[in-house]
Amino acid sequence: MIDNVKMQDLALRVRLDVLEMIRAAGSGHPGGSFSSVEILVELYWNVMNIRPEEPRWEGRDRFILSKGHACPALYSVLARRGYFDPAELLTLRKLGSRLQGHPNMHELPCLDASTGSLGQGLSIACGMAHAIRLDDRESHVFCLLGDGELQEGSIWEAAMTASHYNLKHLTAIVDRNRVQLDGPVSEVMEIEPLVDKWLAFGWDVIIAEGHSIPSLEKAFEHCCEAPFPSVIIANTVKGKGVSFMENTCLWHGRCPDEEEYKAAVREIRGGLS
Amino acid sequence: MNNLKATREGYVDGILQAGRENSRVVVVEGDVSRSIGSASFGEEFPDRFFNLGASEQDMLCEAAGLALEGFIPFVGTYGVFVAGRAWDQIRTSICYMNLDVRIAGAHGGVSVGPDGATHQALEDIALMRVLPNMKILVPADSNQTRAAVLASLEADGPVYIRFGRNPVPQLYTRDEKVKIGRGNLLREGDDITLVTCGAMVSLSIAASSILQDRGISAGVIDMVSVKPLDRELLLGQAEKTGAVIVAEDHQVTGGLFGAVAETLALEMPVLMDTVAMQGSFGASGSPAEVMKKFGLTTSAIAEKAERILH
Repeated sequence: MIDNVKMQDLALRVRLDVLEMIRAAGSGHPGGSFSSVEILVELYWNVMNIRPEEPRWEGRDRFILSKGHACPALYSVLARRGYFDPAELLTLRKLGSRLQGHPNMHELPCLDASTGSLGQGLSIACGMAHAIRLDDRESHVFCLLGDGELQEGSIWEAAMTASHYNLKHLTAIVDRNRVQLDGPVSEVMEIEPLVDKWLAFGWDVIIAEGHSIPSLEKAFEHCCEAPFPSVIIANTVKGKGVSFMENTCLWHGRCPDEEEYKAAVREIRGGLS
Repeated sequence: MNNLKATREGYVDGILQAGRENSRVVVVEGDVSRSIGSASFGEEFPDRFFNLGASEQDMLCEAAGLALEGFIPFVGTYGVFVAGRAWDQIRTSICYMNLDVRIAGAHGGVSVGPDGATHQALEDIALMRVLPNMKILVPADSNQTRAAVLASLEADGPVYIRFGRNPVPQLYTRDEKVKIGRGNLLREGDDITLVTCGAMVSLSIAASSILQDRGISAGVIDMVSVKPLDRELLLGQAEKTGAVIVAEDHQVTGGLFGAVAETLALEMPVLMDTVAMQGSFGASGSPAEVMKKFGLTTSAIAEKAERILH
């Protein structure tokens, strides 16, 4: 287990990577990448049972990035966790790169699935949880969902399946940043009451502060022991860490220009210890 | 001709045999297992049978998750819903990852009959054929369906197996083997080649007999492997006869005619015509009545053949 200060530091470094990667690529999704950073850092450093030196190790915990557009943050976390050389991060979205615009597991074998079309990851995670149970294995399956993504009907098909078959080795995390491409989730298509929805579907629900490592840690501990499939509603801020990117849909999928980039880097660096 | 049997019976035979021989074979169902018969797999292997209810999108991605963990899922439901409603799931979560998922599309074609247009899959082959990595088998009887199921186990990546609802004549024996990428030359011909698959194979054989009585030697290819197409067999027969009729129980665009026409247009332009659905929806009626209404008949095949040769 890594201490809180070190984790916060890691999260800032991941945000700097994301900025630099998107800047180099000329496109990408900073808003939803920034909101998911602490969740990913906590999962890959403190929660998941993994072996970066042996990415396809059968006994590993699985992770599905259902909101595939947040992959810059995931790529940075994987590189910093030792799966590949961080120097490769700047190839994001470039021709020939293993770091495709949305995750491709054949290009990058440390990914557990290729994703990008919203609404599919939770079903894949259910299938994996079924398989793991059939094989009498112990691995836990984690799946990160966007809150806008919950508007996909297929998410609720999977939610039904998980509780019908009681896939308790499955944990979903909702990156509840309240903003989607077109605007605030509540204006585009309201998804509340969110806790009631998951409860009604038979899930164990826990709310966490999505940028607080101790809060996330507690939530994950709870989920790994839950008697039902579990979901963490992680309250986050879209664009977290760069003031002018926060809580706005403008930075859902936009690359900063030179000035914006410098200002953003200054802000994030200010938080480094 | 021989006794009549629904092709879906061969699907059940096939998955049961596959399940007995390979403990990694699992079945993912969507509340039609009593219709297509796969419920018997669930009775024999309850742990390896997942009925997910009426939720095709979930079914296909669940199958992807099972395949990612080394299982070999057969996902079965009606072709309209599996190929249409869950198309993006098949594209992104199965074909893009090139996973060993076997997809069974039941109720293929207008020959489904009384259920009517909503349940007659007429675009499924087209929808599956455009997807990278997808293979497509369209067997003609229950023995060939069983063989197609077993052949799919040898394939790398996804396979779509399309079969019908209506009983059709048995053309093959229980020893029949299907090989992906290979068609069957059922009859040699000198004047014209009938290229066909599924429910239209027996009609094409009958058309060939009618043509023979009229002095036309018509060969018949059962193109059970619609993708990859048996190019060698097709090009050989097209070169020999110089004329091709494609007969299929599917829309005229994107299916077997599409595959044959694309190949011949580039490699060996010959006289061509087709017997297929001409861009309309199907309708209710007995299978024979509906097929007659839409021109999917033995006499239509024979007439088209005579017409392009004159």
